[in-house]
Amino acid sequence: MTEPVKLTRREFLIRSTTVGGGLLLGFHLPLTGPLAADSEPPSAQPQAVEVNAWIVIQPDNGVLIRVARSEMGQGIFTALPMLIAEELGCDWEKVQAEYAAAGDNLRRDNVYMTMATGGSRSVRGSQEYLRTAGAAARELLISAAAQRWGVDAAECRAENSQVIHPPSERKLSYGELAAAAARLPAPEMVFLKDPDEWTLIGKPVKRLDVPDKVAGRPVFGADVEVPGMLHAAIRACPVFGGRLKQFDAAAIDKRPGVEHVVALEDAVAVVADSWWHAQQALEALPVEWDAAGNGKLDDAHIRAVLEDGLTSKDTVIGAERGDVAALLRAPSRRIEATYYAPYLAHATMEPMTCTAHVSDDRVEVWAPTQNAEATLKAAARAANVDARKVEVHNTQLGGGFGRRGAFQDSVEQAVRIAKQIGRPVKLFWTREEDMQHDFYRPASMARLTAVIDSDGRLAGLRTRVSAPSILAPLRPGAVRGGLDPLALQGFSDQPYAVPNLLAEYTLRELPVPVGFWRSVNHSQNTFFRECFLDEIARESGQDPVKFRSGLLTDAPRQLAVLKTAAAGAGWGRPLPERHYRGIALETSYGSHCAQVAEIRLNEDGSFKLLRVVCAIDPGYVVNPDTVEAQVESAITYGLTAALFGEITLKDGRVAQGNFHDYPMLLLKDMPAIETHVVASGGFWGGIGEPPLPPIAPAVCNALYAASGQPIHALPLNARGLRLS
Amino acid sequence: MIRLTVNGRNVELDIDPQTPLLWALRDSLHLRGTKYACGIGLCGSCTVHVDGQAVRACMTPLAALSGKAVTTIEGLSPDNNDPLQQAWRALDVPQCGYCQPGMIMAAAALLREKPSPSDADIDDAMTNICRCGTYQRVRAAIHAAAASGGDKPRD
Repeated sequence: MTEPVKLTRREFLIRSTTVGGGLLLGFHLPLTGPLAADSEPPSAQPQAVEVNAWIVIQPDNGVLIRVARSEMGQGIFTALPMLIAEELGCDWEKVQAEYAAAGDNLRRDNVYMTMATGGSRSVRGSQEYLRTAGAAARELLISAAAQRWGVDAAECRAENSQVIHPPSERKLSYGELAAAAARLPAPEMVFLKDPDEWTLIGKPVKRLDVPDKVAGRPVFGADVEVPGMLHAAIRACPVFGGRLKQFDAAAIDKRPGVEHVVALEDAVAVVADSWWHAQQALEALPVEWDAAGNGKLDDAHIRAVLEDGLTSKDTVIGAERGDVAALLRAPSRRIEATYYAPYLAHATMEPMTCTAHVSDDRVEVWAPTQNAEATLKAAARAANVDARKVEVHNTQLGGGFGRRGAFQDSVEQAVRIAKQIGRPVKLFWTREEDMQHDFYRPASMARLTAVIDSDGRLAGLRTRVSAPSILAPLRPGAVRGGLDPLALQGFSDQPYAVPNLLAEYTLRELPVPVGFWRSVNHSQNTFFRECFLDEIARESGQDPVKFRSGLLTDAPRQLAVLKTAAAGAGWGRPLPERHYRGIALETSYGSHCAQVAEIRLNEDGSFKLLRVVCAIDPGYVVNPDTVEAQVESAITYGLTAALFGEITLKDGRVAQGNFHDYPMLLLKDMPAIETHVVASGGFWGGIGEPPLPPIAPAVCNALYAASGQPIHALPLNARGLRLS
Repeated sequence: MIRLTVNGRNVELDIDPQTPLLWALRDSLHLRGTKYACGIGLCGSCTVHVDGQAVRACMTPLAALSGKAVTTIEGLSPDNNDPLQQAWRALDVPQCGYCQPGMIMAAAALLREKPSPSDADIDDAMTNICRCGTYQRVRAAIHAAAASGGDKPRD
């Protein structure tokens, strides 16, 4: 153990010195608070003991580990407890996980640090304080045992949920020690294991949530039942920015089960004794809307606005090196292309839902949320009460993908409805409502210009992105001088050694709400950049892998995943007739990922996805099987978008409504996915998003290799490129 | 009044016979393993068995079910140890898990019909939508279940 961690400051990330090549951290774990174990009423029965805010030890030696981030499929309900258990030294077979509560977090002075789940940050953002919490609890258990035996704690060690004193061969279980440990002051210093000492991190572990999920047992947001609860169905103004004008409640108030018709500013809800009754009545409810001037918005207008941003003067520079302008003034060989990516809906399998109960002195909310703190604040705001009067109960999430974090629209609706009717109510959107009232991946245009020198090398790259900003409406302070710091993801931070680089962004405002969609702006920018690189390679007569390798002189980890993916796919080896390969690379959310897609182009112009070989380097790996699952997941999500995904606007409203016109990739369409985890260690990268950005350009580059026609816009389906 | 059996128990439902089975299961019988996700029979999250056949409960009115036997994910196996559930656990198939009851019920109907399905059989039968991208593991788990216990009686 060579990572001593000193417990002196609350923000325990002050790296002050190194000892023996390890890491010394200063921190103070806010281990106790109003809910700490010693403040609980005494009981004659042995009871569960909270050793610190993350860890509860039961008399039978079971360990309950609290998870502050949200499980939405990405496996953190298992991976985060693994980080704690590694240092705690407990028997993994006896570990259970439960959600930390946002209300507790507020009352206990932010003991859970952050509950926001996004940006592939759950492991990399919390691994240090979770391991530290596990280590701190372990030290308390050792101290408690040493005190009981009257021996030096240094003679004791902890393993498998026991503290052992080898000289006397005495043992005490964590269950026997927990109560005493919880009464001890927090240790001033703890040691974190070196990676080569890990016995749990890095091993394939069965997910803790799977047994319930194959039995139909988990309670998702849509499955919440509260005594006395009614059901609400809702329709929001179909035109973005529009308002509710009037409705005729009398037309439906005799319908079976209908109890209330509730008006919100921009929506109307029917509340009934069952969701089916509520929805049937809502469909029959005559409603008039005020489109607030947006009733003519359509795709032609959106494209014109974005196109203007490609040449307009109100652009800002996000990254610059060398002198691209001088390069472009000189006579040179250049390649230019303009790209387009459409709005995308998240389409989580579980549509938006929230259950709320507002009483005189309390607001209670049950929600599938990616950010329980944001849910709590949204509920307080909607009910107009102090946040300390709100309790949030996390449910399981039927998918997240960025939809259920920063945007808490359905929570606010449910609270407003509950406040008006004075009873608990479960609001559940239809698929159509969900698809037409999303916060969409921004539609985006980009113009890329490459300057090629006389040796065929990429001398300069200019990029102009024209797109709506996700951050401008959400966190205006983060957008300075018109530069959304996320807008140039994949351009300002691209891995290639291009001597002259200019990346510009033009913010274009449109009435369509935009938000974080799995991998955010990498989801389109990487498509633009990696397809353009293939165009440059082909135009200058170079192999796409060799061309990229030559630009990765300062990026050994990216080069390694590129080569691993290429080798795994047999790059350079002959393919059967009509088979083609394409490659793409990206570094995002702290991890490096390359993918090779292999397709077969049929005689009729349709194609089949045969195989995707993915190499990914997330640094350290917590649960290897989860890494592979997330690769499969991100590739599927990205393929669906590349092939079919397009939200279009007509008469101010979203033209799509359900899976017939916003189709999804099905099992029969799936390529075989082969994952090579190249865990080089030394850093903690994300995994939920990094495998997504390369898939669209890898497939498009395979199609480009097949046809010689570069692909400049998605989805492929809309360009006549269909799956067989 | 509609009389049917659900997971082997006799049930009487005194609600509008046009109510889709999905909402009768979820809100009248409190069996919430069967999910709503599209409401138009496309995604398969609401897949249950009616007399052993996979049906989409969101498109099946109660009126069509008089005297029929309905099986949901909760009734697939008394101890949640159907070969498919075992294979699903062994391969850690689910991610968010929302579509998985429908996936498992669709797979169970497939194995009843074809105890050793080919990849093409799986392609044809498994039209359920999963946004998390569990498809590759779903296919592998169906093959694994077929190899281990495809002959075990179901329903």
